[in-house]
Amino acid sequence: MTVTHDVPARSEVASAAPERAPARRNRQLAAWAFLAPIVVYLFAFYAYPLYRNLDLSLRNYTVRSFVRGDAPFSGLANYTKVFHDPTFGPALLHTVVFTGVSLVFQFSIGMALAVFFAQSFRLSATLRALFLVPWLLPLIVSASTWSWLLNSDSGVVNAALHAAGVEPVNWLTSPQWALTSVIIANIWIGIPFNLVVLYSGLRAVPAEIYEAAALDGATGWATFRRITFPLLRPVSAITLLLGLVYTLKVFDIIWIMTKGGPTDASTTFATWSYRLSFGNLLPAFGPGAAVGNLLIIMALIFGLLYIRIQRRQQP
Amino acid sequence: MKLSRQALGAVAALTVAACLSTACSNDDNSGSSDAAGGTYTIWDPYPQFDDSSDWVKLLQKCGTDAGVTVKRTGYDTTDLTNKALLAAQQSNSPDVLIVDNPVVSTLAEAGVLTSTDETKLDTSAVEPNLLAAGQSGGKTYGVPIGANTLALYYNKKVLDAAKVDPAAIKDWASLTAALAKVTAAGKKGITFSAIGTEEGSFQFLPWFWGSGAQLTQLDSPQAVSALTLWTDWLKQKYAPNSVLNNTQTTSWQEFATGDYAFAENGTWQLANAQKAGFAYGIIAIPSSAGGTAPAPTGGEFVTAPVQSDTKRYPASTKLISCLTSADNAYTTDTTLSYIAATDAVQAKQVAATPDLKVWVDAVKAAKGRTSDDLGTKYPKISEPLWTAFQAALSGSKSPQDALAAAQSTAAAATR
Repeated sequence: MTVTHDVPARSEVASAAPERAPARRNRQLAAWAFLAPIVVYLFAFYAYPLYRNLDLSLRNYTVRSFVRGDAPFSGLANYTKVFHDPTFGPALLHTVVFTGVSLVFQFSIGMALAVFFAQSFRLSATLRALFLVPWLLPLIVSASTWSWLLNSDSGVVNAALHAAGVEPVNWLTSPQWALTSVIIANIWIGIPFNLVVLYSGLRAVPAEIYEAAALDGATGWATFRRITFPLLRPVSAITLLLGLVYTLKVFDIIWIMTKGGPTDASTTFATWSYRLSFGNLLPAFGPGAAVGNLLIIMALIFGLLYIRIQRRQQP
Repeated sequence: MKLSRQALGAVAALTVAACLSTACSNDDNSGSSDAAGGTYTIWDPYPQFDDSSDWVKLLQKCGTDAGVTVKRTGYDTTDLTNKALLAAQQSNSPDVLIVDNPVVSTLAEAGVLTSTDETKLDTSAVEPNLLAAGQSGGKTYGVPIGANTLALYYNKKVLDAAKVDPAAIKDWASLTAALAKVTAAGKKGITFSAIGTEEGSFQFLPWFWGSGAQLTQLDSPQAVSALTLWTDWLKQKYAPNSVLNNTQTTSWQEFATGDYAFAENGTWQLANAQKAGFAYGIIAIPSSAGGTAPAPTGGEFVTAPVQSDTKRYPASTKLISCLTSADNAYTTDTTLSYIAATDAVQAKQVAATPDLKVWVDAVKAAKGRTSDDLGTKYPKISEPLWTAFQAALSGSKSPQDALAAAQSTAAAATR
């Protein structure tokens, strides 16, 4: 290949030596022109907003200095303020509990359903499609529906409890239940994603392995524990990581259902950041951005952890 | 050919880059464009009105009268504060901004708004209690287009069945007694919105002020008595637990079911009340000791944001005067279901619709949230306040403890 190309090129060079340098420069220019859109895109939509968020969190913004753009640099003052805020402890705890519990249930229910649907039976495709509904609905619709279902006085859930003779529960308005309620809604929304990814992972496991296992006398649970689960490990890892990133930043469900309340009972970092920046007539952009950055760092740590584990698995 | 294509690519890439760095936006917005004539931008929080509505037609007509073309955009009201701040940051403010009254002091503090001294707007006809929401540091930053406030709607049928006379409700004791009677008769008492946002504070303030409490002292005995009133209603089941999550709209929907005796809601629900399908009445919110409690004023101010080209102000002033003039204010306030901001137009409204009398009285007794020179301190007080009533109503703290915590937060934030 190279040889056949080189020959005419060299003869060209020999005959028209002065054109060589501009031609290369043109080619480089073209290369940059082709690169430019993606570079510009990355800078405009990734690097700049990140930089801006970092900058916001390191300056003492008031509405006045926000408009004038002359906010004084205040170092880590916003972060210190956020760390010492009485909301910090509960918000961190809620973020961890919300993410952890959601992931455990989403993943295990998603896995169970994936294994269930892997044995193709009649209507399995239809049923599987129905399980995707929570994923397809706009979040505002599903969150509002949940909020209506769990309403203390006119909600369907409390009506059912009442019919069963159980005391009604203030799902969204009592400090004991608010976080549980939003977690339940979030699990419901997250199951389809886990189901779909794990199901496609299952399809990639060769059938011969199962046949061999069956010949060796492996029963259902042993097959799952010794074959399905180990072979699904890479798919599981990426599912959990993506789920983690999605769940850490869940905002809309909580905001629509409880506004992070009552008081701070269901406040996570995501809703707290929003409340600081936009939930008040007088926005506090600095601390809001600081909380947002803490969220990014949390997601980044787990992302790096994932990359490390993956490297170790594939030498 | 080859070269020109490369050049084309480079040019395209550069244009994209240039656009992204300087924001290829509509340059005709404001500031640099020509002063006399030209296009004037107006932002309002009434996205429900489209170009065929009376409101937009009025804007166009005022533009024609002032000799300019009007370009109007309607934003969601919760969006408008941030939009206005961002626009000001980019020196891209609209010429006329119509904005919710508690936001005026925030925008004024940010240096976004001109005072009426600069724009030579006449505000002498406006009721002082309404104008106060737009005043800080001795300056006035806009003209109210109209006002709304809160009162108690009642369901006549429910009250009759429980043998309650609404005219006898003069203070908190008689209201609570009425709620007890209604609940005993198997109906529901009262619904309101105690959500953890500004909306909740708005609904709590008539009771807070009606107790004699001041926003500068959130844990006074009067303030505790106001919060205890609400908490006891929930404990006695006179009010549903869902108030904790109710917006004013969902609270209204509860009332519209016909099961509730009372609902605390605003002027803007009048049209819906007529559609509710049951006989209703309206009474003012009583204060603790009797008489009408001061409710907070709602409604928007027409303001003129700062422009780099001050030659634009005279036309903006003409536009604002036109929008707030007696005849136009009457039309606009009728469309928006608001009460006018001037005595003369209020009288005209009552003459046309005697039902509005109770609302006009309520507006006269009302008080701006940012009044008393609280200005930008108000948001820092309002948030601890809503946190406090959420804590007390959900049972995680006693009213006393919740308000004491709120006071220390507010004091630290406004110091």
